[in-house]
Amino acid sequence: MSGMAAAAPSRPTLDSVWAALAAIPDPEIPVISLVDLGVVRELAWRGDEWVVTLTPTYSGCPATEVIAADVAAALAGAGIAGARIETRLSPAWTTDWIAPAARVRLAEYGIAPPGTRAGVQRIGIAGLSRREPTPAVPCPRCGSTRTRELSRFGATPCKAQHRCDSCLEPFDYFKPH
Amino acid sequence: MDRDRTLLEYLLRLADSDLILAQRLGEWVGHGPVLEEDIATTNVGLDLLGQSRLWFAYAGEVEARIKGKGRSEDEFAFMRDAGEFRNLMLVEQPNGNYADTMARQFYFDVWHELLLCGLSASSDARVAEIAAKAVKEVHYHGERSTDWVIRLGDGTEESHARMQGAVDDRWMYTGEMFEADAIDIALIDAGIACDHRKLAAPWQQRVAAVLSEATLTQPSNGWMQGSGGRGGRQGVHTEHIGPMLAQMQWLQRAYAGAQW
Repeated sequence: MSGMAAAAPSRPTLDSVWAALAAIPDPEIPVISLVDLGVVRELAWRGDEWVVTLTPTYSGCPATEVIAADVAAALAGAGIAGARIETRLSPAWTTDWIAPAARVRLAEYGIAPPGTRAGVQRIGIAGLSRREPTPAVPCPRCGSTRTRELSRFGATPCKAQHRCDSCLEPFDYFKPH
Repeated sequence: MDRDRTLLEYLLRLADSDLILAQRLGEWVGHGPVLEEDIATTNVGLDLLGQSRLWFAYAGEVEARIKGKGRSEDEFAFMRDAGEFRNLMLVEQPNGNYADTMARQFYFDVWHELLLCGLSASSDARVAEIAAKAVKEVHYHGERSTDWVIRLGDGTEESHARMQGAVDDRWMYTGEMFEADAIDIALIDAGIACDHRKLAAPWQQRVAAVLSEATLTQPSNGWMQGSGGRGGRQGVHTEHIGPMLAQMQWLQRAYAGAQW
């Protein structure tokens, strides 16, 4: 405890470190932050350093390493040098962790936000690889539900390509995962 | 420690099938039949590459427990020769036409999802968490390859004929997926590995249902490549792996330790 007391005057508060993290945009979808995305799982002062625990979105997402570098840079910029970044795989990241306000911003940006995962994807031998009938994805531009999937993957691993049959615009859909 | 040596071998089997299939799928970059498919196929490859890295990272840690120092992900991927790879023979088969690629993917995806479901209950916490993460991605892969088998099988006369040829030609590489050798059995007994032999029935049931919906004839069971403990998982490979490794590894062999 004496160590903590000595470090206390120069140590930023937990809230201010969270605020620094909340200001970091997602490298590929800059209208939402890393905190909105749900990849920052924990922030703690351990021993004599800040430990930021991140979880990857998709296993192969190239943004994962950029995210870790962005976190280190943002913390350094906020005067928090030498923060340790740890990775945690379990529980696995899910789009259900994306904050409600961030879903609104995604739609405004032109990306249809993900539906909730429950009911869309059930893992188990009984439902093996079967495509569940999914509710229509509302068009982020005109709101129509007359939309269809063009491709199961889009510009990033987390998105699929859809098209609106009402306004005829193509759009990205953030896949429930 | 004996358990760690066995575990290392098993982890390389998991990692290598992911890596080799990822490399094959990556060969479609710029060659996909349409832009959307080019992107989709290579995104599946990207998921598999990410999963292989998780397995390699763990393999390196296990190797460090045995030898004091473990190999890095890059060393595992780029500095081993064909006989040291432990991937299924199925995944090293060439891409062929798009039906060939989708038949290979469909057979693998159904098996892979079953395997990862099993491994997510592993008594090894690290294995369980990697599997639980990967299975979410693989479920999506399986939906997509299922769609394509049905679409091409129940499509035009031409696409049907090609899809039928594709599922026929790759059938003999599927037997290896349901065998268990001494390494598997030791880890099954320890509650770490998933028993591949138990995956055969649900896999066949699933594959039969999709092939039927695709108006395709299920290939008859005959002689299987790599059976009896002489398969890719034991380091015995088809002639296709060599040229593909040469392409995949040449840069790291020429400039060892090169960083991106």
